[in-house]
Amino acid sequence: MPSAPETTPILEMRGISKTFPGVKALANVELTVYPGEVHALMGENGAGKSTLMKILSGAYRADPGGELRINGEVIHIDGPLSAKTKGIAVIYQELSLSPNLTVAENIYLGRELSSGGQVDRTRMRADCQGVLDRLGATFGPATIVSTLSIAERQMVEIARAIHANARILVMDEPTTALSSRETDKLFDLIRTLRADGLAIIYISHRMAEVYELADRCSVLRDGSYVGTLTRDELSAEKLVKMMVGRDLSKFYKKDHDAKGSRGEIILSVSDMSDGHRVRGCSFDLHQGEVLCLAGLVGSGRTELARLIYGADSRKSGTVALDGKPIDIARPIQAVDAGIVYLTEDRKGQGLFLDMTVQENINLQVIGRDAAKGGLLDLKKARVRALDAIKALSIRVAGPIVEVGSLSGGNQQKVLLSRLLETRPRVLILDEPTRGVDIGAKSEIYRIIDDLVQAGVGVLVISSEMPEVVGIADRVLVMREGHIVGEVGGTAGVEITQENIIALAAGLAHPSAPAA
Amino acid sequence: MSQETSATELTREKAAANRQVLIQQIIRTVGMLPILILLGIAFQLMSGRFISPQNLSIVTQQASINTVLACGMTAVILTGGIDLSVGSILAASAMVAVIGSLVPDMGMIGIPLALFAGLVFGLINGSLVAFIGLPPFISTLGSLTAVRGVARLLGNDTTVFNSQLPFAFIGNGYLFGIPWLVIIAFLSVIVTWVILRRTVLGVHIYATGGNESAARLSGIKVWAVFLFVYGFSGLMAGLGGVMSAARLFAANGTQLGQSYELDAIAAVILGGTSFTGGVGSIWGTLIGALIIAVLSNGLVLIGVSDIWQYIIKGLVIIIAVALDRVRSQGGART
Repeated sequence: MPSAPETTPILEMRGISKTFPGVKALANVELTVYPGEVHALMGENGAGKSTLMKILSGAYRADPGGELRINGEVIHIDGPLSAKTKGIAVIYQELSLSPNLTVAENIYLGRELSSGGQVDRTRMRADCQGVLDRLGATFGPATIVSTLSIAERQMVEIARAIHANARILVMDEPTTALSSRETDKLFDLIRTLRADGLAIIYISHRMAEVYELADRCSVLRDGSYVGTLTRDELSAEKLVKMMVGRDLSKFYKKDHDAKGSRGEIILSVSDMSDGHRVRGCSFDLHQGEVLCLAGLVGSGRTELARLIYGADSRKSGTVALDGKPIDIARPIQAVDAGIVYLTEDRKGQGLFLDMTVQENINLQVIGRDAAKGGLLDLKKARVRALDAIKALSIRVAGPIVEVGSLSGGNQQKVLLSRLLETRPRVLILDEPTRGVDIGAKSEIYRIIDDLVQAGVGVLVISSEMPEVVGIADRVLVMREGHIVGEVGGTAGVEITQENIIALAAGLAHPSAPAA
Repeated sequence: MSQETSATELTREKAAANRQVLIQQIIRTVGMLPILILLGIAFQLMSGRFISPQNLSIVTQQASINTVLACGMTAVILTGGIDLSVGSILAASAMVAVIGSLVPDMGMIGIPLALFAGLVFGLINGSLVAFIGLPPFISTLGSLTAVRGVARLLGNDTTVFNSQLPFAFIGNGYLFGIPWLVIIAFLSVIVTWVILRRTVLGVHIYATGGNESAARLSGIKVWAVFLFVYGFSGLMAGLGGVMSAARLFAANGTQLGQSYELDAIAAVILGGTSFTGGVGSIWGTLIGALIIAVLSNGLVLIGVSDIWQYIIKGLVIIIAVALDRVRSQGGART
């Protein structure tokens, strides 16, 4: 048994709070970690995991009032260096090595050995070899880091931490960039470190990894400590319930009846091409239906959506709304016609991060609201913003907070409410839940469901299969710029991941193409 | 803990968060004001005559033309652009103003003509950026040179005079004891503030500077925003030309407005407007323009030589902006 509760914890954090302007990121959080255990730290995006680890590593300072003990002794961490000297090391998602230097130089970075003012590379290399051997590295200390794979670089980071006598190792989503074989190797390494008595704090969203590795698991939610489960108590339902705070049985909300709410054809797209990545795509979208556009990344889904919206110039193709052809050469024409597009690139092409929540929500309707001479109606803008914050339960201190300071899920809701304020009839959502935590995801599904019940036609592009299966009334599958088939609806093929993937990968015969 | 107490706690936390946001906004708005005040006090202590009604009137008059230019420059820099041609446009417009004032019996026509000339040059800049997609630095660097040539051409490379200038009051007269130059500069600031903060166009200017591709995708006519800000900057330079001509009763295409663009840019940057666009305020610009004028005036008052004035002015700009950078970073961290 690696973790024996009767031993002194190597790390105790009690009553840790952290306030940022406008947001309380952590409130009274605790965490207890024993030597020789892998302690998983779980929670949705924005739950406060990263903030807590940044406090531990000295990148942030906690609000006064909390207590931090290492091996039972109260200590203060007032910077990254002091965290390091207390044996705390963090392996970040973005690796922090200098790629142009050798493995040994990186391991010794900032603590170079020297003799007579000269860097003693020979001694450094010899010294590193031991650590590398212990970790089972297949590369030598003189290797240039840029020639190593991501997994090997991660090993260098770990070696650096061990070499600096780290006793507490924080790993933040370490497997994101690894293949499954590399992941297995990393897990073996983590088990070796655990056997050596190190404490490993393991942050991950992947339940399977937590099952495989963790001795105990602590959960944060909305900046608060929810609880800790031991290995025997771990179960998917328990964890999800702790992370979200409620059952997820109605996660994909679909109260509208696929046949009942479906109305007339609202949007007809025919022969849409950009001569390059989208070729001759035609389909119809009905009122009150969720039509998903599935396909592999690069199959032309986003490009098709942008062509419909007028964001890119098309080579051929027409768009008809309510059966009447409309001219869309620029986004503004689409918006005026009642078609809006939610970009997949929220920060790059969606939001104005320096502007306030109120300005972002009102951006596309200030022209309509304005008095003569283009004077802003600030009262109306404030009311709209407050209403939207309430309707979409956006978590923000007030409407005059900058959007850049919000979490991903709340930013997405701000962007969505900006589009909804235009009262669209057709909504094109490109990866609407990307980078959004579970709670906000389920709320976005609720919003989509409400819109569909109100008769809006929704076209959703999604790469998340469970999402497509969960919310779609009908699925169009794209491959290499063509719409290769339809699943669900009148096509008769059931909406399942297998059926969609078979079409997307070109493994099935195309069914009757969409009308 | 009962439901009620947690609810009041939540509202209290929310109020505290709101307060913090508000304080940050005040700090951002006030910006360089403390430095302006410190400079004023320092010059008063060293010279003993800085803070007198007479001297303050001189300082504000010295700041007025730069303030007007900086109003246009603020709009341009908020979109992430730059206008290097304002000094040359000012010179050309001043020439037009004086030449127009020589028309018998209707010399006042010099004013609208000069404003029109400035507007046209600005719109040419704007068209190059909006329709041809030239980088603002390049297109306005071109017009910096070309319009300077036009200014010289207008007077056949001589100085034009009009000792009977019908609008000389603008440069030398007072309204209720306040110089006309100062009134015009202040009105320019007010108009710019209304445009930036109270109109749809203003929101579009901030949006374009903050995230141009998001602005395009949300249906903002980005070309119209560019056309407007450069046109506005040209118009303000035209107004600066009228002010300058009215003060001097003359205009010279070679010398007038040389390197004015640099003072205008310095005022905007001192005022805390982000060089990459999207963040900034016209009040900051006003304070920036005043800091520059106070420095020039104060250094003369305490008898610093011309050479050292340049060195000190440059250093103050660098230090002030560096301090601001450190402070805003500190604000972001806590």
